[in-house]
Amino acid sequence: MAYINEVVIEAGHGAKNYWKDLWKNRELLWILARRDLSVRYKQTAIGAAWAVLRPLATMAVMVFVFEMVGKFEGDAGVPYPLMVLAGITIWTFFANTFTQISHSILLNSNLVTKTYFPRLIMPLSSVLVGFIDFAVSLGLYFIIALWKNHLPGLEIIFLPLFVLLALLTSLSFGLFFSVLNVRFRDIAQLIPFLVQIGFYACPIAYSASLVEASQDAWWYDLYYLNPMVSIINGFKWSLLGDGSFFKVSSLYSTVGVISVMLLISVYYFRKEENSFVDYI
Amino acid sequence: MQVIVAEDISKKYIIDHQKAMRKSSTLRDTFSEKFKHFFGKGEQDEVEKEEFWALRDVNFTVEQGDRVGIIGHNGAGKSTLLKILSKITEPTGGKVTIKGRVASLLEVGTGFHPELTGRENIFLNGAILGMKRHEIKSAFESIVEFAGVEKFLDTPVKRYSSGMYVRLGFAISAHLSPEILIIDEVLAVGDADFQKKCLGKMRDVSESGRTILFVSHNLAAVQSLCNRAFYFEHGRLKMQGDTTHVVNNYLSHVAKTNLEHFWETPEEAPGSDEVRFRTVRIDPEYQGGKHYIDVTTPVRVHIEFWNMAERADLNLSLHLYAFTGECIFNVGTTSQSFEKGLVAATLEIPGNFLNDGSYVISIMVVKDTSTVLFQLPDALSFEVEDHREGVTWYGKWPGYVRPQLNFQISQSEVLV
Repeated sequence: MAYINEVVIEAGHGAKNYWKDLWKNRELLWILARRDLSVRYKQTAIGAAWAVLRPLATMAVMVFVFEMVGKFEGDAGVPYPLMVLAGITIWTFFANTFTQISHSILLNSNLVTKTYFPRLIMPLSSVLVGFIDFAVSLGLYFIIALWKNHLPGLEIIFLPLFVLLALLTSLSFGLFFSVLNVRFRDIAQLIPFLVQIGFYACPIAYSASLVEASQDAWWYDLYYLNPMVSIINGFKWSLLGDGSFFKVSSLYSTVGVISVMLLISVYYFRKEENSFVDYI
Repeated sequence: MQVIVAEDISKKYIIDHQKAMRKSSTLRDTFSEKFKHFFGKGEQDEVEKEEFWALRDVNFTVEQGDRVGIIGHNGAGKSTLLKILSKITEPTGGKVTIKGRVASLLEVGTGFHPELTGRENIFLNGAILGMKRHEIKSAFESIVEFAGVEKFLDTPVKRYSSGMYVRLGFAISAHLSPEILIIDEVLAVGDADFQKKCLGKMRDVSESGRTILFVSHNLAAVQSLCNRAFYFEHGRLKMQGDTTHVVNNYLSHVAKTNLEHFWETPEEAPGSDEVRFRTVRIDPEYQGGKHYIDVTTPVRVHIEFWNMAERADLNLSLHLYAFTGECIFNVGTTSQSFEKGLVAATLEIPGNFLNDGSYVISIMVVKDTSTVLFQLPDALSFEVEDHREGVTWYGKWPGYVRPQLNFQISQSEVLV
């Protein structure tokens, strides 16, 4: 009798059929994602309304602080509240998925210690929740855009591209942190802090056109090394139209940074995943 | 056909003496350590790290259809072995080849989410254990029936009683159809009725030609279910073979704990100016070729001591404690007048009296029935193993004693 699956367990001998295994376990990936989703708002009074309330409240505060008090302005012909909301929408998507991915291994530690499956399933399954929140937030954007009479133009066909890039960014950084998080609980402290810094470092409350005034400054290139800068600019452009500032050439460095980081992270993750159980 | 071949598998853990093993350190510790190493100051720290071999050079093969019981003390490496076979952790050295689909049950209800309902958790847990959605769907009815949770299918499992939780967990895993099933201590939980169901299910599984690896402290269950046994000690596979043989060997090692003390001269013996102990000893009357004490074994306690005073009115008082500290009984001899010299005493504890468990004996010498001259607190300790005949239940028998009392049952009236 010929057995299809003969498994060899050996030190340093990661499963040969890892990617095939991952594909075979796609049902598990889906069911874990659904689990995260269905427990998300259990025992909350207003449930999924939180997904609407949070971006709305953040936008209101931003509009008050930057537009009314600080006299910030959007690019010519772009309503400031819409620009902020667009920025918040994509940034929150990135921040949520990045945070979820970074915590995914620890949150599933009971599975890590008791069963085997390709560990990449955990970070991958954790992004669904972020997607749903993103969809709600985007719907909110369209309602307000309709009200402000500034509906998106044809540029919107590029929107999925920027969402995909944001997802890849969160994956490339999140995977790396998820591995570190198993060994060093410092990461759990660091992540909210990074997200907070990123919120101000990225063009969310302001337009990146303001940055163009400092083209000769030493930090200008560093600023664009942050992949989220061009992703946010592009996302805003796809929703707000040509009036919104977007430097297409900045996407090159973004794709470069994401690719390198993703390779490093996947390599690191695969190298460490078999020893998660010993450190968790 | 050999379905599992293990060659020289070893698993090493590094124990960090400053911190608990396998606890996450902080980044700062790692950095400062790297820093010290960089400046060559790391040598002192090396001493703090100790290697611990959870498994060492383990070799075995398992044939298709074998039911293997894995026994040994806590920390002997049983669980580590299961984790390696289930691919949860990888060995430090060696190689295992496994032919066939493996399902491991290291915990009942792995991945159950407290907020989700019973129904949702069946699908979740099934997927985690490697079942396909259509497999779970077709087994769904039978899982629910086996677990007996029909009424609570749409209740979050956090509202389940612990019994229901366990039943549901086992029911799902019982419907797996792997070629090799790995089970860790599932019988430790659940009520008698359910345990019977579990064992029955496991027997069904093995009769259908599948292979089972079963870790348990419940030797009665291992003996009833398994045809082969592995005995692990300190990370090594100490013995393998026929279950009864291995279990007896294991028990006779366990039992030799603290059955005898002997002191040559009064000078080295424990005691006071008036009395010194010479011997304290347990003599079990092993029966039927066994070399361990089980619930049917009668036991004699021998005590001998030197009376150092010219003449004294003495008696002995013996306490038997359960391992948990409760006193099971206290018996005393009559008080007698003894000359200077050796005094001997014997206590008989009959078979079919003590329940299975660990016991500790403490002995006191009392003068004039009122003054304690000397007490030997943990004089002896011994284990009583389980023994069952004509019972198909393998749960822990409750109580400290298990006497065979005259308990009659008969039909008193027939309803026509």
